[in-house]
Amino acid sequence: MANSLKCDLCGKPATVHLTQIVNNKIHKVDLCEECAQAKGVTDPSGFSLADLLLKTSLNPEPQAEGIRCEQCGATQADFKKQGRFGCPACYEVFKPVIEPLLGNMHKGTIHVGKVPRRALERKSLYDRLTNLQGELDEAIKAERYEDAARFRDEIHQVKQAFGEKTLS
Amino acid sequence: MKIAPLFEVPTELADPSGSKCAIVLTTRIRLARNLTGSPFPGWAKEAQRSAMLAESLAVVAELPQMKKGLSLTVDELSDLEKQILVERHLISRELSNAKRGAGVVISRDQSAAVMINEEDHLRIQVMRAGFQLKKAWNAINTIDSELEEKLNYAFSPTLGYLTACPTNLGTGMRASAMMHLPALVISSQMEKVVRAVNQLGMAVRGLFGEGSDASGSIFQISNQTTLGESEEDIIKRLSSVLNTIIEHELNARAKLLEADSSKLFDKIGRAFGILQNGRLLTSAEAMNLLSLVRLGVDLNVFPEVRRPVIDRLFIEAQPGHIQYAAHGAFESARRDQLRAQFLRTEIASFGPPDFNVTGKN
Ligand SMILES: [Zn+2]
Ligand SMILES: [Zn+2]
Repeated sequence: MANSLKCDLCGKPATVHLTQIVNNKIHKVDLCEECAQAKGVTDPSGFSLADLLLKTSLNPEPQAEGIRCEQCGATQADFKKQGRFGCPACYEVFKPVIEPLLGNMHKGTIHVGKVPRRALERKSLYDRLTNLQGELDEAIKAERYEDAARFRDEIHQVKQAFGEKTLS
Repeated sequence: MKIAPLFEVPTELADPSGSKCAIVLTTRIRLARNLTGSPFPGWAKEAQRSAMLAESLAVVAELPQMKKGLSLTVDELSDLEKQILVERHLISRELSNAKRGAGVVISRDQSAAVMINEEDHLRIQVMRAGFQLKKAWNAINTIDSELEEKLNYAFSPTLGYLTACPTNLGTGMRASAMMHLPALVISSQMEKVVRAVNQLGMAVRGLFGEGSDASGSIFQISNQTTLGESEEDIIKRLSSVLNTIIEHELNARAKLLEADSSKLFDKIGRAFGILQNGRLLTSAEAMNLLSLVRLGVDLNVFPEVRRPVIDRLFIEAQPGHIQYAAHGAFESARRDQLRAQFLRTEIASFGPPDFNVTGKN
């Protein structure tokens, strides 16, 4: 193993050499012992080579802030700088930024693993409420008051069944 | 000390009954989870983190798996306590460096831990002694489902569990095994193995370079990608990689014995001698010596019952544990002295090595 390699992060002689192949592309990272420690390479739960690669490939350029997430205030520039998103809603907002990166980072681009029961229920509930609200607005506009009352009841029932708290 | 209860109960790690496979020390799975409507910990304000911590700490501590466990916030822990938790792999270095508003809940037997406000809102971890990926998955899957009953997970039907870093997206799962591979290191085959394992999309961690066995020949193998593959498939793939590595390590051991068994036994005997009589031991040297004695156990030079003792010493010879045992903060030269003394005492009960092992294994 070549010992003359320099640390990718600080330039000191590298003693930790990592290689990984994702989707037939070889990625190499060489680190000195200090940086390896600091990056948690020796820490079984903390280190991700892909993460390190993501940061180097995102290379922050001082440019416009780009898109901004209304939920948390994080901008595209923040993501480029840190390689981390601000909140779960960022994934929707920064879709065009992240989508092309996923294929290089992972085996696939669509989740095929575990599905949390309540999260799905919340989603379908949310969709149903949005639907009902639309129908209600239509009915009121068309002065179909009997229908409107029915939709209002239904909305009330759906909300009650789940408890308002889980709707956030 | 807040963490004192950790020393009162035997840990999962010291339980060898679960597995017959000596080469895999421990199996570990972690899941990254976040809650809807809150910024990720790295982006959240302190008040938001504190609120998240208070709420989730209570929910996690209520899990049946956490009964009689420990709930800790980072700011109530001393540096030494945090170091001990890191050395036991119960928290990550990142959590130990976290600002206010982070914490951890640890099960009584230390086989499960949930970090709160590390990189993600929740990092659930389950550890099992030996090669037990399926058992670890079943255990963590249950904990995860129970938590989901009480907490609103951030989840997208197409992208899966939403994580602060897109490299954890999808399952949010990292499954890993700690492997003891002394023969592959001695016969200079680790580089080849690392390359082959990488080809399969798995990561190998350990300190290479310089003295090629600077880490006690212990390596961690884990999956690197999390999206586009189910948890079961990731585990299946990892298992088959682990089995292949085990086979290679066993072959390497057989070859070393066949080529020149006295050379290998000499290494083991010398390591044992230094542990018995050394006066100054750095943690790196201690790891390497213990590693060779562990290989000795595998080769029947020492009885089986010594293996869990060595596995415990791998952790208790770390700097934080040495200082905890000696009730004080010491600089590294003094620590080396304390470490040598501690290991001399532990090794004293081992009895003489039996190198007359031909045909025994
Ligand atoms: Zn460096
Ligand atoms: Zn956001």
